[in-house]
Amino acid sequence: MRRLFVYLLVLTPSLAMAAEPRVNALNFPGPAWSPYLVGAGIGVLSWLTFYFADKAIGASSFYATVAGALGRLFARRHTDSLDYYKENPPKVGWETVLVLATIAGAFIAAVTGGEFTGRWLPPFWVARFGPDSLALHGVVGFLGGILMAFGARFAGGCTSGHGISGALQLNVGSWISVVCFFIGGIAVAIPLYLL
Amino acid sequence: MIDPGSAVKKGSAKPEAAVAPPAKIFFALVAGLIFGFLLQKGGAAKFNILIGQLLLQDWTVAKIMLSAIVVGMLGIYPLHRAAKVNLHLKPTRPFANIVGGLVFGAGFALIGYCPGTAAAALGQGNWDALFGMTGLVVGSYIYAEMSGWLKGGAQKWGDLGKITLPDAIKVPRLPFAIGFALFLAGCLFALEKFTVR
Repeated sequence: MRRLFVYLLVLTPSLAMAAEPRVNALNFPGPAWSPYLVGAGIGVLSWLTFYFADKAIGASSFYATVAGALGRLFARRHTDSLDYYKENPPKVGWETVLVLATIAGAFIAAVTGGEFTGRWLPPFWVARFGPDSLALHGVVGFLGGILMAFGARFAGGCTSGHGISGALQLNVGSWISVVCFFIGGIAVAIPLYLL
Repeated sequence: MIDPGSAVKKGSAKPEAAVAPPAKIFFALVAGLIFGFLLQKGGAAKFNILIGQLLLQDWTVAKIMLSAIVVGMLGIYPLHRAAKVNLHLKPTRPFANIVGGLVFGAGFALIGYCPGTAAAALGQGNWDALFGMTGLVVGSYIYAEMSGWLKGGAQKWGDLGKITLPDAIKVPRLPFAIGFALFLAGCLFALEKFTVR
């Protein structure tokens, strides 16, 4: 853990120094629909999932399930012996199907809206780090994913599970978590993109 | 005060999921399709919108989340009061919520997507979401490796159990939810007034 923090501390400023000038997100494409309409739709969707499936929307445990399934493929006994997987056996369930269907739903929305991109580097990243930064983007994204998964599992949820489902239930821990998601995110994003 | 929560939890009235397990999987499919569709339409599958939020330049994400919270709250709490739905509360553990939350946020800034929006980004053809998703799988396994050690210690520090904001300040849940929804709606008005996007 401590080593990860040290890497992060070293990584962030050194990336910033290698970078192009400040970028402005508003110069890049916005949402297709009103965010209020989309948010209200997600709110109504949460009524439906609570009522019909007795479930809340969440996404992060999908990745833990995939990790557990892969772990069982290579080291079955070891994976089964881990506390997390004793409590949450990696089986195809609600969240697995939900997240896979999320990919499909976004695909349908993008194709019908003419917004399908099919690219490896976001233009916003290119504006900051240049067109030849795919390897950097890959490494930073991979390390970010590791941190994010660890944080989500330790905090008990992600931007969906805590940030939307937990927050709309007025769950105290979810409000603490979501505020910290944004504090942590802002604290790293601003030096990375604006300094 | 009538607490439908305990009525729902203790009584035989515990509502079973209205959909049986195989149908539940089907419902997950439908819900996921809608969720992904909405995330993409809201721009939450776009790298510049997500990072733009963390840079406090683009407020789309906050608007989506707050609208979802307001609308969700105004449905879930009346439904819960009528014993039609169960709440799905997660334990409040300030230390884990804060430390995990900050680490999550740092990761969010690095990958540019979060676990749900990475899936939506992939669906939109933003293949770079795969880097972060691979990291999410690896990070989840690393956490699982440490779960025995964390669960018995740091993760439980300051554990307050499953509590809601109205429980914490000892006021009835439904009126609090309505008042809080109004407050958040006020925040949305302010965002609309003072932000470009």
